[in-house]
Amino acid sequence: MNIYLPIAEVSVNAWVLLGLGGGVGFLSGIFGVGGGFLMTPLLIFIGIPPAVAVATEANQIVASSFSGVLSHWRRRTVDVKMGLVLLAGGLVGSAIGVRIFAALRELGQVDLLVALCYVVFLGAVGSLMFIESLNALRKVSRGGAARTRRKHTWVHGLPLRMKFTESKLYISAIPPFGIGMLVGTLAAIMGVGGGFIMVPAMIYLLGMAATVVVGTSLFQIMFVTGATTLMHAILNQTVDGVLAVILLVGGVVGTQIGVRVAPRLKAEQLRILLAVLVLAVCFKLGFDLVTTPDEFFALSNGGGH
Amino acid sequence: MTWGMRLLAGLLGLVVLAAPLRADDQVVASLSQTSVSLDTQFTGSELFIYGAIKPDPGHEDDKFDVIVEVIGPLKPVDVRKKQRNLGIWYNGPAVEIDKAPSFFALATSGEFRDIISYTDDLLFEIGLEHFIQLIDAPEWVEDRDEYIEALGRIREAEGLYAELPGAVEIKEKILLETRIKLPANLTEGDYTARIFVLRDKKVQDVYTQTIEVRRAGLGRFIYSAAQDYPAIYGIVSILVALIAGWLASAFFRTFFPT
Repeated sequence: MNIYLPIAEVSVNAWVLLGLGGGVGFLSGIFGVGGGFLMTPLLIFIGIPPAVAVATEANQIVASSFSGVLSHWRRRTVDVKMGLVLLAGGLVGSAIGVRIFAALRELGQVDLLVALCYVVFLGAVGSLMFIESLNALRKVSRGGAARTRRKHTWVHGLPLRMKFTESKLYISAIPPFGIGMLVGTLAAIMGVGGGFIMVPAMIYLLGMAATVVVGTSLFQIMFVTGATTLMHAILNQTVDGVLAVILLVGGVVGTQIGVRVAPRLKAEQLRILLAVLVLAVCFKLGFDLVTTPDEFFALSNGGGH
Repeated sequence: MTWGMRLLAGLLGLVVLAAPLRADDQVVASLSQTSVSLDTQFTGSELFIYGAIKPDPGHEDDKFDVIVEVIGPLKPVDVRKKQRNLGIWYNGPAVEIDKAPSFFALATSGEFRDIISYTDDLLFEIGLEHFIQLIDAPEWVEDRDEYIEALGRIREAEGLYAELPGAVEIKEKILLETRIKLPANLTEGDYTARIFVLRDKKVQDVYTQTIEVRRAGLGRFIYSAAQDYPAIYGIVSILVALIAGWLASAFFRTFFPT
């Protein structure tokens, strides 16, 4: 069943979109990641213009993260104070990101920007995840549990210290604000929630209590992607309502199934699979950047200057 | 020149050219649709064009040729050439083509150049080259034709430009019919269909019909909302997402508790 997307101006198979939404949602339910970093490139691969893919995916992440925040809220695993500091940074970052995006769209370089960001971040996060899960697997097989110990880093020496009760932290507000800002910028440019960067940063850089990390990051992501959606809608008119609804129906259902299946799966082995998937997307994007194109010319709507 | 002026010029030309020959062949034609709705179910369409030639008395046994042309709205388009730097391919600066048809199909009963004289092609402005306008190429452009050719090549690959020699069938010497594919990626606007009847490489008569291509239904509603009320559209998008997220969470909590 093909469906014509009014903003993307392409006709795509609705079942493929539902399947993509469901599949990526399932993964995010298992791993507690938003899945935007997989969905946006996949949308681009099936022919959705990058500008529309990024803006519409931000809208879909609002749905999946809200669904996630609700369950974390009930379990009281959201540090609202920390979330608000991250959010303040996130909103600033999102505003910067959307403007960079609009400027590069004018120059015809959005595709390059999006692809480069993906190659760099997916490559880095995928490799780290792969190495970590290999190590964890080795430790598990040796019988010892993987333990992390909190270290005192430069992060703890900065001014503007605040008390974050649920995170069990008394640190400066600057690092969380900075992390939020970076993630907000990426959210706007890459059409991702940024959980795949924020979660490791919260654990390793800030040393937050592990129980509140995912809930708090989802809390921030929900608001930042909401703001991003709004800004893309206003500045670029690239949020495709039809595409968003199909993706989020697939996505929210997939997420809920993933959340229920997750406890019965071997997480470490799955994590390696996820790492491989992330690296595969990264290589595909990187490959497209460096191979000689079949068509040396590209068209875009004129009259913009 | 507007379409009206073009047509007027064409008709004047027709009178001037045809008068000495006393050729009064006429064409009547019809289209399977004169409006196309781009709704969410739109996956492309096919235009069926048929008609009849009424030859001038004394020319009933002559061989006629027919050109059927469908042109979409003329729009500016930016063409960029990919460049390579540090091993990475990226878009170079834009060359703005001032005007190019968003859709162009030329179905003919034979090879275009074999059935029409250069004079009449020029006079009636039939070929694609009459519609692509690049007034001022930037100074750094070495080969402007390269950009125009690229436009034609890419749009042809997207199914937007087509030259279909031999696609017009002429039956019983006077009945004509042809089919023109409209792809799913059509642009909104007024399309013009022109049907030319030719004898001895000269245009004898032309029939013109406008086809209205419009977004329709849900797609139209969403598109115009996004364009005209971007802030409200953005807020509604977010609300829809929140409701969907909440519904899914509530539904699964009720029916499949963890």
